Amino acid sequence: MGLNSVEIREVVKYHGTVLAVDHLSLEVRRGEFFSILGPSGSGKTTTLRLLAGFERPDQGEILIEGRSMREVPPNLRPVNLVFQSYALFPHLTVFGNIAFGLEMRRIARAEIQSRVHAALGMVKLGSKHDRMPSQLSGGEQQRVALARALVNRPAVVLLDEPLGALDQQLRQEMQVELKAIQEQVGITFIYVTHHQEEALTMSDRVAVMDHGRVLQIGSPQDIYESPVSAFVANFIGLSNLVEGRIASMTDARCTVSVPDLPTILVRRPGGVVEGSQVTVVLRPERLSLARDVHRNGFDNTVPARIDKTIYNGSEMHYLLRLSNSALWKVRVPNSGAEQKRFLNGEAVFVRWNADEGVILSE
Amino acid sequence: MRGRRVWLLSVSLADLLFLYLPIGVLILFSFNASRLSATWQGFTFQWYRALAADEALMASLQNSLLVASVSTMIATVLGMSAAVSLERFQFRRQQVVEGAMLLPLVMPEVMMGVALMLFFVTIKLPLSLVTVTLGHAAFNLPVVMVMVRARLRKLDPGLEEAARDLGATPWQAFQRVTLPLLMPAMIGAALMAFTISFDDFIVTFFTAGPGSTTLPLRVYSMVRSGVSPVINALSAMLVVMSMALIGLSLLLQRTGSMKN
Amino acid sequence: MTPSDSSTDMPRRAPLPRLPGWLLMPSLAWLGIFFFIPLLLVLVISFAARGTYGGVEWTFSLANYATLLDPLYLTIFVRSLALALGTTAFCLLLGFPLAYYIARAPLRWQGIWLLLVMIPFWTNFLVRTYAWMFILRTEGLMNTVLMNLGLVASPVEILYTDGAILIGLVYGYLPFMVLPLYAALARLDYSLVEAAWDLYASAWNVFWRVILPLTKPGVIAGCILVFIPSLGAFITPDLLGGARTMMLGNLIQHEYLVVRDWPFGSAISFVLMALVLLGMMVYLEVDRGRGDGRRPSVW
Repeated sequence: MGLNSVEIREVVKYHGTVLAVDHLSLEVRRGEFFSILGPSGSGKTTTLRLLAGFERPDQGEILIEGRSMREVPPNLRPVNLVFQSYALFPHLTVFGNIAFGLEMRRIARAEIQSRVHAALGMVKLGSKHDRMPSQLSGGEQQRVALARALVNRPAVVLLDEPLGALDQQLRQEMQVELKAIQEQVGITFIYVTHHQEEALTMSDRVAVMDHGRVLQIGSPQDIYESPVSAFVANFIGLSNLVEGRIASMTDARCTVSVPDLPTILVRRPGGVVEGSQVTVVLRPERLSLARDVHRNGFDNTVPARIDKTIYNGSEMHYLLRLSNSALWKVRVPNSGAEQKRFLNGEAVFVRWNADEGVILSE
Repeated sequence: MRGRRVWLLSVSLADLLFLYLPIGVLILFSFNASRLSATWQGFTFQWYRALAADEALMASLQNSLLVASVSTMIATVLGMSAAVSLERFQFRRQQVVEGAMLLPLVMPEVMMGVALMLFFVTIKLPLSLVTVTLGHAAFNLPVVMVMVRARLRKLDPGLEEAARDLGATPWQAFQRVTLPLLMPAMIGAALMAFTISFDDFIVTFFTAGPGSTTLPLRVYSMVRSGVSPVINALSAMLVVMSMALIGLSLLLQRTGSMKN
Repeated sequence: MTPSDSSTDMPRRAPLPRLPGWLLMPSLAWLGIFFFIPLLLVLVISFAARGTYGGVEWTFSLANYATLLDPLYLTIFVRSLALALGTTAFCLLLGFPLAYYIARAPLRWQGIWLLLVMIPFWTNFLVRTYAWMFILRTEGLMNTVLMNLGLVASPVEILYTDGAILIGLVYGYLPFMVLPLYAALARLDYSLVEAAWDLYASAWNVFWRVILPLTKPGVIAGCILVFIPSLGAFITPDLLGGARTMMLGNLIQHEYLVVRDWPFGSAISFVLMALVLLGMMVYLEVDRGRGDGRRPSVW
């Protein structure tokens, strides 16, 4: 039992003939903000519904707070779900919605009053307790849905892409608020999303899922800096992938030879041997561009030609063509000085240090 | 959760069983060789043969078919014209007319029967198959209207406009574009009206005179004299016939809407 | 047979032309002559008195309506109301689970289920009521089965009682309850049911606190659609109730054809009609959604 709020052990779930969840195993620690990140169809929503009890695993076990949830229906689980569509009861007021779970558990009237108002205060909707859901904005409805879950003090709060319907500005505000609330109440949050930036911003740990399997679990930094596979690397952020062979190794570094490119120096990961085929991930924002060839202390320099430039406000995005015909993406912060920007067709040098590249483990 | 689903399914199946039990019983026992009891005593066609031999029954069947055919024709023509009027034209107090046309659908049949009887007596029209037909056409008119109108609503009025744009007069446009598309719904509505008229008892009861017995009236008088397997056979036939006609009617409506 | 609730599926491109009189007149005239005028006649006659030979004596009095208050007739009123209410209650009890099941079934099956529910309704009602006679009589199917299974020692006498009428009425009008209930339940957002469940509600509470309030218009519509025709039932009480258990419909027939007191019969008819119209108005009110921002239209 120990520190785990939720344990999923080898859970398998079929939807008809499709394998929605494929031998999934996961542990979520108490008080953690845990995200499940993946594209649509990856099985993340199914996982959530399995935790909530709306679906039963075909194989495997789910434990919440150390108790097996086998044969336990949703209304008896210490878990509350914040639905993607909010699912607010249209015929009840905001107060009525939030109080619902408490009423179902026959909590005393007085306590219901105080707890509901406390929850309203936490989501900053104190003045709207007697409104109907249809009179609220999307963001306000979302907060009511959250309050409705939190007020019951469950062991785990499940959130199914709750910010999906909000516009960008509101989303980012809510991300900050959600994180703050979670830290304040200390309840385990399991958050499902397909927006990598959201998962990275808010989570203590992230699980990346695809086709019903967990590909990688780790802190946002682990996932971003050390993705285990090309899929994870690409899903989590933009990446340039380079395939090559390890030509030689030292204690800390590997020299990777790439056809038609100068050799690349990469930080050495565990478990690789000389001669093995590897893929190196280079993040666009870790690469710099220069017009001259002087190393200036960079471990790696590769010539390229600018194929496309895109002005992105705070950044310049460049698409470069290398001597092996590969296209690389490079992002450079916009300093404002026009002379520092590169033009289409220009010949440049891409530079980076060994520690800024990662060898994928798969 | 699974228990609830099973419970729901059982109640639903029980309901369905409840709905079809009488029909099933009728059909089953029409072949029962026993005269009165509900225990099975052998398979036979004798009751059906007795039906064929019953002259009064055959006469009432003829009457029913006649009344149903004529009243359906009237109701279809009138119902269609009403549907087209309401759906493709505008006029004042349209809501009132709509409501008025739907009223016969909710009126208890006893009232209609009694009112019609009173009416015919007052205008000194003797009760006969004619009066029955007039009444049937009246209550079937809204049925046809509702069914044709529902179909009309789903047709694109732009089709008729396109026809007129290509030189057709409004009548031609209607005749050559809308009418063919409406045909399945119309036939479906006519079949429905025919079935309702054929099966009708209450209004017929009040508006029929001596010598103008329809099949349901004959069934009623037979039932009054007590349960008999001949009635079972007759009932089974009527039920199967109704289901066949309705099935056909629905099929036509479905093919009609698929064509569009 | 569900009338569509949106007035247009395609955008109307031009305003509708004016109606040529000859198109609507025939149908309107037919209904006018063979429906409205007869009804008007009934109303007028209800204020008259019975003539010596069963004809009509053209006076004006409210005597007929006063006679209705006589306990003899009041019993029949009360029985009719009670039976209609009972029918409505049972149809709701039996129909709600069925409607819910159909609404939650896969889409392809929903149409089939609804068809199965409606088909018996379109077959001959007289004949189906007769079938109940066959089943419920003392030597009928029900008793034979019950006695063979050893569940009862002697036959259950249910034919010619109020109970038999109730069975017959519930049987006849169950589809009228199922359809509007289904329409309302199909429009219910199922995630609300899941949310209630997630919030610790028992099965009963999910129904009572979430499903029922949100399908109230459908429930009311179904109740009206069952209550009104049950009130005016004729065949069912006639065949299954026998001479001693009269409902309003039988009373009307009795007064017209047996007693030949047309004015009195008309008075009864008109009270029945008033109740029907009242019910209709309630139905239309519910259908229009009362404008409180909730979704209107039961269909």
